[in-house]
Amino acid sequence: MKDVILQLSLRSIRIHFLRSVLAALGIVIGVVAISSMGMMGANMTLSVTEELSGMANVVVITAYSGGGGFGGGPGGPIRSGGGVNEEKISEDEFRDIQKVAEKYGMVYVIYSESDSIEIGDRKGRSSIYGLDDEVIPELFTLTEGTYPKSTSSVVIGPTLADRFDLKIGSKIDIGDEEEEGTTTVRVVGILEERGMSMDINSDSAIIGSQKLFTGMYGGEGEYDQVNLILNDVNDSEKAKTAILERMNKKEDTVTVQDSSRMLASITSTLGTMTTFVMAIAGISLLVAATSIFNVMMMSVTERVREIGIMRSIGTQKSEVRKMFIYEAVILGVIGAAIGALLSLAIGWVVVLAMVGSTDYFFTPGSLVYIPSAMLIGIVICVVSGVYPAWRAANLDPIEALRAE
Amino acid sequence: MDEKPLIELAEVTKVYSLPSGDVVALDRVSLTIMEGEFVAIMGPSGSGKSTLLNQLGCLDRPTSGDLSLLGRNTRDMNDRELTDLRLNTIGYIFQKFNLIPLLTAYENVEYPYLMKHRKTDDTGRVDSLLGLVGIDRVMASHTPPELSGGQQQRVAVARALINDPMLLLCDEPTGNLDSVNGHQIMEMLTELNRKGRTILMVTHDPEVAKYARRTIVMRDGRVT
Repeated sequence: MKDVILQLSLRSIRIHFLRSVLAALGIVIGVVAISSMGMMGANMTLSVTEELSGMANVVVITAYSGGGGFGGGPGGPIRSGGGVNEEKISEDEFRDIQKVAEKYGMVYVIYSESDSIEIGDRKGRSSIYGLDDEVIPELFTLTEGTYPKSTSSVVIGPTLADRFDLKIGSKIDIGDEEEEGTTTVRVVGILEERGMSMDINSDSAIIGSQKLFTGMYGGEGEYDQVNLILNDVNDSEKAKTAILERMNKKEDTVTVQDSSRMLASITSTLGTMTTFVMAIAGISLLVAATSIFNVMMMSVTERVREIGIMRSIGTQKSEVRKMFIYEAVILGVIGAAIGALLSLAIGWVVVLAMVGSTDYFFTPGSLVYIPSAMLIGIVICVVSGVYPAWRAANLDPIEALRAE
Repeated sequence: MDEKPLIELAEVTKVYSLPSGDVVALDRVSLTIMEGEFVAIMGPSGSGKSTLLNQLGCLDRPTSGDLSLLGRNTRDMNDRELTDLRLNTIGYIFQKFNLIPLLTAYENVEYPYLMKHRKTDDTGRVDSLLGLVGIDRVMASHTPPELSGGQQQRVAVARALINDPMLLLCDEPTGNLDSVNGHQIMEMLTELNRKGRTILMVTHDPEVAKYARRTIVMRDGRVT
């Protein structure tokens, strides 16, 4: 059947083309805003999750400091800045941890410090880690050079190397001349980029042997951190429980951070952030709703007489209502469709600018925001059209016919 | 002819509540219109002619009294049923033509057919009615604002007839037409009445009223 009511809606939109375009534009903007923000969040979550999952196999054990689990920050130099956590893990405690944790993977200790460095006449600060000679090759991959073999040789992260133009053979003075004096070390290797990590942030750090470290700072057998690299990521919870049971039986001596939980909490934080940003983008759809409502009310007012004619020659209220709902749906569908197309382009640019990579742009988790935003846009149009349509349908036919 | 009552009004009163006080537009009007009649309703402006026509057209309900159409009391009918009555049983011709400006002349005539049958006219009825009122195919493809007053009123007559209504209600059908076009429209109505259709026409023009076979004069909301 020829839907004359639909024809009337279409013609009304065509006659008031500019007005309709402006109303649909609101929906276009709203849909683009919501889907771009959604896609940005999804891409960010996906790429951060990917980046972090590499470190999810690490369990970090630090001395209990009475505070919360994140005291001092994992991987960060703990004695820095007046010492957030002055507590250390003793050699005996390390042996205890090793006994229960060994079966889950590799257990090793870390000395860490943050100190001034000087390369030629350039000064700066860096993290300095002291690790067992045998552990260093297990944890890090070199891009060039060799692993440190003496107490005066170190490997450095790629970020630090870039910052100070360090090459194999470069010399670094560690420490403050005016305080404890300096120690000169030689760069023998440059590490591969490792990214964000729970255990050691090696990219901008200096890594040397334990002997080099204790030679500079003392404190032998007082470790800042004990790490467990799991053989199986799924053992994380089991290992954590075993260590806590052993170490904290009488009183709390250690804090164990299970990185998979941290990963979950980062992902959920990103999710919350995405929702928040999308809610802000959603405000633009509210503005669009107001403009659709406005256009529909104008349409009703302008067509009062037409509604009167339709009603007087036998058009049911429901059909008058339908005519205006159609109009709102058409505006919504056109606006949402254009918005969806633009979202692909604008979303891509936003993701590229904010996340830095569009690797995950065409994944379902990211693209799903386009149909979702379209649906929200159309629903908002229909909702904005309901009252004007109801008003139109309930006009008194006689009054409506009298209108000029 | 003139056998069965088509419309019966019993003590129909219509009161409009205005801020300045109640206005009695119809005052206990009792009236019977038989099938096949051609009735002119006359009277000065404000006498209640249009209010009466709106009552007969089921566009409005009486404040009190009973109005029966084809033996059914409109008091017992809901809005949907009254709308159906306007679609199927009543044809309306207005002084201002009242065509839908967004539709072509053809579509305006087809509109009530679509509303009733839920399908396009494949019987050629729209075309034959447009032919009957003298609107050719080219004119039929124009929208109302592109047509003259006389042409619009002919389209309106064709529209009023599309669902073959028993009753034609005309509100000053020649009011906006010149004498030639007015005469043509009246000839059309006379011919329709001759073929058995009941026609009620509001007019203040005695020349137009002469086409009718019965004249009702109204004054101050009453039939005199």
